[in-house]
Amino acid sequence: MAKTQVEEINRNVYDIVDKDNYDFKIEKGITKEIVEEISKQKNDPEWMREFRLKALEVYNKLEMPTWGPDLSELNMDEIATYVRPKTKLNNSWDDVPEDIKNTFDRLGIPEAEKKSLAGVGAQYDSEVVYHSMKEDLKKQGVIYTDMETAIREYPDLVKQYFMKCVPVNDHKFVALHGAVWSGGSFVYVPKNVKLDFPLQSYFRLNSPESGQFEHTLIIVEEGASLHFIEGCSAPKYSKINLHAGCVELIVKDNAYLRYSTIENWSKNMMNLNTKKAMIGKNAQVDWVTGSFGSKISMLYPLSQLNGEGAKTEYTGISFAGEGQNLDTGFKAIHNAPNTSSVVNAKSISKNGGKCTYRSLIKISPKAKGSKSSVSCESLMLDDISVSDTIPVNDIQTDEVEFSHEAKIGKISDKTIFYLMSRGLSEEDAKAMIVRGFAYPISKELPVEYAVEMNNLINLELEGTIG
Amino acid sequence: MSNTLIELKDLHVNAGEKEILKGINLKINKGEIHVIMGPNGSGKTTTANAILNNPEYTKTAGQVIYEGENINDLKPDEIARKGVFMSFQLPEEIPGISVTNFLKYAKNKITGEPVKIFQFKDELKKYMEELNMNPKNMDRSLNVGFSGGEKKKNEILQMLVLNPKLAILDETDSGLDVDAIRTVSKGIEMFKNENNAVLIITHNNKILHNLKVDYVHVLVDGKVVTTGTQELATEIENNGYSKYKK
Repeated sequence: MAKTQVEEINRNVYDIVDKDNYDFKIEKGITKEIVEEISKQKNDPEWMREFRLKALEVYNKLEMPTWGPDLSELNMDEIATYVRPKTKLNNSWDDVPEDIKNTFDRLGIPEAEKKSLAGVGAQYDSEVVYHSMKEDLKKQGVIYTDMETAIREYPDLVKQYFMKCVPVNDHKFVALHGAVWSGGSFVYVPKNVKLDFPLQSYFRLNSPESGQFEHTLIIVEEGASLHFIEGCSAPKYSKINLHAGCVELIVKDNAYLRYSTIENWSKNMMNLNTKKAMIGKNAQVDWVTGSFGSKISMLYPLSQLNGEGAKTEYTGISFAGEGQNLDTGFKAIHNAPNTSSVVNAKSISKNGGKCTYRSLIKISPKAKGSKSSVSCESLMLDDISVSDTIPVNDIQTDEVEFSHEAKIGKISDKTIFYLMSRGLSEEDAKAMIVRGFAYPISKELPVEYAVEMNNLINLELEGTIG
Repeated sequence: MSNTLIELKDLHVNAGEKEILKGINLKINKGEIHVIMGPNGSGKTTTANAILNNPEYTKTAGQVIYEGENINDLKPDEIARKGVFMSFQLPEEIPGISVTNFLKYAKNKITGEPVKIFQFKDELKKYMEELNMNPKNMDRSLNVGFSGGEKKKNEILQMLVLNPKLAILDETDSGLDVDAIRTVSKGIEMFKNENNAVLIITHNNKILHNLKVDYVHVLVDGKVVTTGTQELATEIENNGYSKYKK
């Protein structure tokens, strides 16, 4: 229904800066002492302390990525990797301190919870400040909590999976994540339990010259089903902030997980995020992603199809404006027979923004009878914006169906004139064309997020007409 | 108050460097149906685009006076909001925006008032029935995958919904079969009243068989060479334009 008429929103909602009113902020930089101190501050068990230090060693050995966007503006000596807000983890919204509560209230959390969610989590800087879930789900054995609580209360589960799916030597920023990670969500859905409503975690980075390194670990047992939503935002500062989160999804046989993201980091953020799903027999993982914010993003969720008949779909859109370089895409590794991957990626660039779609589809020799179809489409709103497509396809067996389709386009003057002849201003006309272009993605999002996405599109297009 | 809705005064228009309209004069009163006929390349479509000030065309001399105001330099959307509508020869496709949402949005822009959704949908349904349109098209993306006939009917639907004062129909009949042409004529009849006017641009006569036309103008090489009544259209149908060509 009507998503075209949305109320104007004010960018300020995202940009309001709270006072940098932390309880503890680690000194800037990344050294062994700093990692030890974070571990101490977080009361890590011994195994986690050791894990962090090993990850730091890997971090020091690994090189910066030599491909993709230029990361030279990121100086780790200027980033504080741990900032503890002035509150503990709360289970009641009323107990969250006023200033933090106001921030989340402005962002519509936990209003969203009352409407249509099974549970809500909220992270502020490095720690989760609020977590709640419906009682009946607890009774069914569903676990939804912050990672720190999970380590304390479910150590065996966490130990079994933590950074197994995404190993610390994957790349430099995963290693960094392993050394300084803090916060994030842990979800466990027992066998055959199907959640009718989504769980939603929201991540807010308020502190300047700092980083957020939340860790999300989701285990969906056989035959279970979950929709998980993550949102993130930050106010804009003049200096670089860093986000290097890590998402690990373990989806067992016949299980289903939908992972939706609306990312609206401020435009001083380096978003170097890592997400990966291990997918069992006849199981399915669907990724739905809207990327609007950040100065630089490098994010390529990976679906590893390990069980026969496993499926994955990626539906994503990025929107890059002035000074933004969004390098995003998707990776699918077909490791078993009759697996399938479907990619529908779109990008919009304007005012000199750059969007790159980068992907890997790998079909191993044992993945006979597999299917993969990739469609990527870019829209450039002017002559100074850039769009690029870098697909890598590694098909190691003949018995597959594979298709790849890429389209790069511009808004035609004829289309704008047509819409203007119906009473739309040039700006309205462009916004309508862009909303229509994004519709196949926005229709996959929960309705509040679809509205937010349309608002963001309208915001991004405001004042683009000289 | 004057009964004149629009007047073109010695209008000269270029497409790029090339002069297409070489001094057109035309006056349309409220309550009238006018027809512009002419061979290919005579400037018919340019006339329609010039009225709506399509930026692809440049007015080099003359005026477009609408309700007493010179609208030469207004933007297309401003002209549309004053009540001018154009049915396109080749309507554009807008993926991801449904016919309903598009029209609701446009109606809001044209009237400046919020659209009452249930009333609006009823109205839309009624018009679609009258135009023999598949009601499922309401939820389809605007013009995407529509046949030529469906696109043209959809233009007439937009005219009915947006209810302009001046409707310019640029070759709405071309490429349509007899039944579809009859449907378009029916749409024009539904629309027409004594406070609005229609300017039909065509190079064949079929659409005129079902309509009562007040004036027929023959356009050749960027000028109106003769003006008459419905009989003129019949004469051209029989004898062609050769008589008017230099």
